[in-house]
Order: sequence, then C-alpha cells, then structure tokens
Amino acid sequence: MAFREYKIGCWMFGISLSLSMFITIILPGIDISSMSSTKLALEKQLTYGWETGFNYYDPFLQGKDKPIKVTLTKDPKTGVAIDKTEAYVFPAGTHFPNGLTHDNILGDEVQKASVSLGKIDQASEDKGAVFVVSVTSNDTPYMEYATVTRGWNVDATLKASDEQLMAGSGKTLFVREGCWWCHTLLPEQTQDWQSFGRPPMVGDFNGESPTTFGSDRKAPDLLHVGSRNSSREWMVMHFFNPRLVQPHSIMPRYDFLWGDKDADGKNIDLAAWDEQYFAYAKGESVYPPGVPTPAADSEARMLVDFVLNLK
Amino acid sequence: MLKYLFAKEENIPQGTAAIFFGVSSIAWFIIGSGLGSFNAAKLAFPDLYHGLYALQFGHMRQVHVHAVIFGWIAMAFAASMMYITPALGNTKLWSEKLGVWNCLLYNVGLCLALALLWAGVTSGREYSDHIWPIDLYIAFVMVVPWCLNVWMTIINRRTQGIYTTNWFFAGCMFMTVVVFLVGNMPEWLHLTGLNEAYMTWWFAHNVLGLLITPVAAAITYYIVPKITGNPLYSHRVGHLHFWSIVVFYSTPAAHHLMSSPLPEWLKSFASVEGVLILVPAVAYVCNILLTMQGRWSMFVENIEIKFTITGVLLAIPLNMQGGFQQTRAINWYIHGTGWIVAHAHLALLGFSTFAEAASVYYGMQVLLRRKLYSASLANFHFWMLLIGFSLYWVSMTISGLIQGAAKIYEVPYVDVVIAEHPYMIVRWIGGTMVFFGNIIWLYNMVMTARAGDIVPVGRQPAEVAYTR
Repeated sequence: MAFREYKIGCWMFGISLSLSMFITIILPGIDISSMSSTKLALEKQLTYGWETGFNYYDPFLQGKDKPIKVTLTKDPKTGVAIDKTEAYVFPAGTHFPNGLTHDNILGDEVQKASVSLGKIDQASEDKGAVFVVSVTSNDTPYMEYATVTRGWNVDATLKASDEQLMAGSGKTLFVREGCWWCHTLLPEQTQDWQSFGRPPMVGDFNGESPTTFGSDRKAPDLLHVGSRNSSREWMVMHFFNPRLVQPHSIMPRYDFLWGDKDADGKNIDLAAWDEQYFAYAKGESVYPPGVPTPAADSEARMLVDFVLNLK
Repeated sequence: MLKYLFAKEENIPQGTAAIFFGVSSIAWFIIGSGLGSFNAAKLAFPDLYHGLYALQFGHMRQVHVHAVIFGWIAMAFAASMMYITPALGNTKLWSEKLGVWNCLLYNVGLCLALALLWAGVTSGREYSDHIWPIDLYIAFVMVVPWCLNVWMTIINRRTQGIYTTNWFFAGCMFMTVVVFLVGNMPEWLHLTGLNEAYMTWWFAHNVLGLLITPVAAAITYYIVPKITGNPLYSHRVGHLHFWSIVVFYSTPAAHHLMSSPLPEWLKSFASVEGVLILVPAVAYVCNILLTMQGRWSMFVENIEIKFTITGVLLAIPLNMQGGFQQTRAINWYIHGTGWIVAHAHLALLGFSTFAEAASVYYGMQVLLRRKLYSASLANFHFWMLLIGFSLYWVSMTISGLIQGAAKIYEVPYVDVVIAEHPYMIVRWIGGTMVFFGNIIWLYNMVMTARAGDIVPVGRQPAEVAYTR
C-alpha cells in the first residue's frame, strides 16, 4: 500500500471496528441472553409459534403453520368442569417456537421447570401437542406439555374449547399488512402508563420474532389494546372501515381481508357497500350499511383475534 | 447498456458504469419520491385512493424507504465512486465491465426486492425488511462487486497517497458489508426476542452512520475542492472526521430503543457515544466550510456548489438534533413522533441527497463531456428540492412536537390525529414538490446528454459558460 501509515491505518481500523462490535454486540448479547422468560413471554411464544415474519413454512405470510389459542372451562379428557384455562394447540406438523426447540432461550430456571415439571422434551412437532403455561410453587413460570401431563390431545382440546383464537396467524398478518408502521407495540417507560398501559419488561420477549416494536407512532399503541377494548363487534367494524367508529381516523380500510364470502357464506360486494357508505357519508341515508361478519377462515378474523388477544 | 455487457474491457469507454448508475439513481429518485408523495397523501386523506388495494399504505411505506435508500442514495453513491475513485487515483476504473454488470444486476435485484416488499413478504424488521435470500443477493451480487471495483481501483492507483475521499469510500464500503452481514444475523441465525429487536436497530443505525452520511461527506470532500479550486482546508481534520466516525458512530445503536427494556448500561453508554457524534460532525462541517474561503460567490453562481454547500449547511441542524435528541432528557419527549421522521428526512433528503445530487450533476457533465443543458431548470430543481424538503421538515417537526406534548399529557390519540391533519397536508405538498423537481432533473439530464454544449478536453464544466 506504498506507505507504512496505510498498513498501520488498516490495523487500527480493524481493531477499532472489532472493539466497537465487541462492546455493542457481544456484551449486550450476553446480557440480554441471560434474561429469564416471564410468564408473558411463554404465553406469547405459545400463541405465535415459530417466526411470524418470512419463513420456510409460510413464505407469503398467509398465517399458516400457527398454533390455536383456546379457552377451556372443562377438562378435554374427563369433561369435568375446571377453572378457566388457556391452552395452546399445535395441530400435527405445526412448528414449535424457539423456546421449545432451543435450550438457551427460556432462561435456566424456566427451562429446568419446563423440562422436569412440564415434560416439554417429550413433545414433537410431528405428533401435534397441547401446551399450557403454569407456575411453580416459587413463582417460576414454565411451559407444560399438557398432552402428557394432563392427557389433553389436540382433537379433544379443540372440541372441548369455548373459544378459539387464531392470534398467531393474526400476528403474521399484522406483520404482512404493516400495521406496525403506525401502531407501536411498546408503551414507553417514561409515560404512556395511563393511556397505553404497562411498558414491557426485559423478559417479555424471549423467543418472539419479529418483536415489531414499531418506531414511528402515528396511531395508538396496541400492546394492551385488548384490555382497553374487548368488543369484537367494534374491532370488526373498525377493521372494515375505521371511519364507521372513529370519523377522524386516518387508518386504511381492511375490508379486503374479508375475502369473497362472509360468515354466512354470502358474497361480499365491496363496491355496492361503498356506494351505500358514501350515501351515508353525504347524509343521504341515516345509517351506514352493515358490516359483514368475517368467515371463520378469513384473514380478517385472524387479525381481529390477534388484536383482541393483546391484553 | 446491453451492448457493453459482452464487450471487451478495453472497448468500454471510461465512465460507462458511472453514467449507468447515475441515470438509474435519478430514475429511482423519481420512483422513490413519487411513492413518498403517494403515501403522504394517504396520511392526509385516507380514502383518497380507496379501491387501490394493491397499493395499501402498510405495504408501500417500506417500498418508498427502500426505493430511496437502495435506489436513489446507494446508486448515486455507486455512480460517484465509479468516477471519483479513479479520478483521485489518476487511473481508470478497475473494471468498467464489472461496473456495467453490477449496475444491471443491481437494478434487477432492487426490482425484485421491492416487488417482494410490495407483496408483503418481509422479515418484519424496520430497515432490514428484506427477506434473507434477498439479503444474500444484496450483499454478494449488489454490494461486493461494487466494493471490489472501489478497492481494486484504489490499490491500482497511480498516486502515492490516498486522498480523504478515497479512504472514506474504501472504509465505508468495508463497513457496509460487515454491517449488512452482521446486522442481518437475526435472520441468518433466527435470533429472537430483545436480541432481535436490538440487532434490528444496530443495523439501522450503522447502515446510516457508516454508509449513508460518511459517503455523502466524502463526496463533498471531492466536489468542493475540485470545483472551487481551493485545496481541502485540512487533511488532519479529515483524519479526525474519519476516525471519530469509526469509533463514535458505530457504537450508539441502542439509543434508537431508549424507551425499551434494554439493559440500562447499554442505553447510557449509547447515549454518551451518541453525543460524541458531534466530534466528526463539527470536524467535517468546519473543514468543508473553511475550504470555501474566498470562493463563496460560487455558492450562488455554481449549481454543484449550491447543492453541496446546502447539504453541508443542513448537516449542522442534522447533527445538532442527532447528538442531543437521543439523550434521555430529550428522547422521552420526541421518541416515536413525527420529529424523528423529520430528522430522518433531514439526513437522507436534506444532507445526503443534496451532496449526491451535486455529485451526479457534476459527474454526468464530466463523463459525457457536455455542459449542463439548462441552468434555469437546474436552479428550478434546486429550489423545488429545498422548498419541498423544508416544508416537509418544518411540518413534521411541528407535528412531532404536538405528538410529544400529547404523549406527555396523555391526550386521547384521536385528538393528535386531528391536530396533525394540516401538517400532514403540508408534508404531502413538500414531498410532491420534490417529486416534480426530480422529473425536471431527469429531463435536464437527458437533454444534457443529447444537446448540452461540448466541454473542451482539458476543461472543467464549471469553466464553460451556460448558454441556456
């Protein structure tokens, strides 16, 4: 390189860049990775399954390969009434979240409890599985492989459930539709407590990907939106046309997520709906047209499930 | 372009790669700023384009960002490097043929990448939105051949020393490759949780700090001495700039997540390092402005200097904001508001774009050996860009302050949306002005190639009088 100074410069450059990366990647990586999962992190992993961004199993982000979150009030095996319990059903072939497939995600205590009490090492993706989140006597949360510990298999659990939420599929759509460009999932530590609720804790994210914090808040934070507003009817109307429930909203309409048919199998004609809506908006009619109920397998249903599940 | 793909190296005229990159960059700037204007319209009037489901805001937002960063900014950098690096090494570009192929595959890759983002196929991580197969393509097909051309040209130079601009080019391209490959680790290794969130911002911070701003600065280190005829004020201050970029700009990534539950030591460290960004910033701005001594009339008379120095002057508020807005004392107020959007546009549409536009204007005239077709159209472009940007920046800053105040006092969010409405309209107008200015620019450049006055051999374009 002609001058000795350039050789020295190259060394200095390499050393300073390496040092910078050691301080800003390796050290934080060690620190962050040592954080133990909270109960919330376990629930989120079991709700969202494997990756909710681009991945092999769902390359076009259609909400495939996701577990179903169910609410149980009776034991799927015995039929006996139990306290309201949330279980996470992974039909056969559904991929498990990172915390179940890697030993170093959950944190030592949680990992130990999940294996010894929760028997998670016996679960396999091929056979399908039902999980619940439990807490040990000294308050350590752990994942429990309910198919072994309680005898709850996939079909019986789905059949016995009172409510099924496709929140994992919904999160995939949340990523695909870019909801997170305006709605953050990160109430800030310095304020936001009253409007948007408790900011997340350090262990709340283990195993979740992507975290979709969002950076540019143009709309309310959604981390706890399901606690503020748990009305499915309101959510359905709001997704179909936000101006129906909030005249000043600048949110786009998501009526196309309904697909072709509504829950009753009737065709959805968006153009005709718009015509009636604009007549209402101009004051020519008293009521806006009714919003179709999303079909059980529609993308709209998945997204509403995801939002309602953000407690 | 096609005829050079399979031509022999010696049959390809010097500057071919730079011209192709330059023209592509202007075209992408039109596309990128057009998309920006389109998106901004939806934020002002959400039902304006209702029915165009294929162009949903949530899909088009990142297409705008990546069209501008990878299309306009990066390709303008490539164009600049392909003619400045050999000029400063008193040699030819290492391989024009590689450059031409690089430009073709760059455009193809970018179309593919944007089409996938448009379809919603995304990793869900801001700024590293591309899926990993596209990341691999970007790294090894779009960026590595470009690096090779720059590095090999510098190694084969026919000067003893390496000028400031060329250290920056070589160093920044190296850091870009490292940042790109390391910053996409969450996808290569399926990192999850806070590690993933933090690495997302580590990438976003460093790609801006180690590619976009320093390369723009390096371009001005070339353009200002070259056109004014003044030598660079201080080579040593240039050293200070370069080394403080490497040391201080590569470390504050965590300041993008000040309100997240990252370790407190990391946030404090990042915040302190973030203030130290003022070291390279002050060194750089002083160095360039002092180089202008005795030639300030050119700031008015010469279009390239007008663009460059406007960019450098915009770097002053940029770095003052950047240094302080990330401290805890200020960040809690403006975090996540339109203020940040305004700041990001100050960096990319303000400082960086003005420097690159100057470089593309100058480079095209030198390489085509044609005087710029119309000074009036160039001035029109300049003012459309400057006024459009200023409207955007002022309106978004005000709307950010409104949002910040509403955040602190926990005002119902819909009242913020109502209060921001007029500023959203101004933002749209500003973005649209930039878009129309760029169309004029492309016309002016095409006409320069076709009908510009010939610049005699051995003469600089600045030495030839405008005829229009």
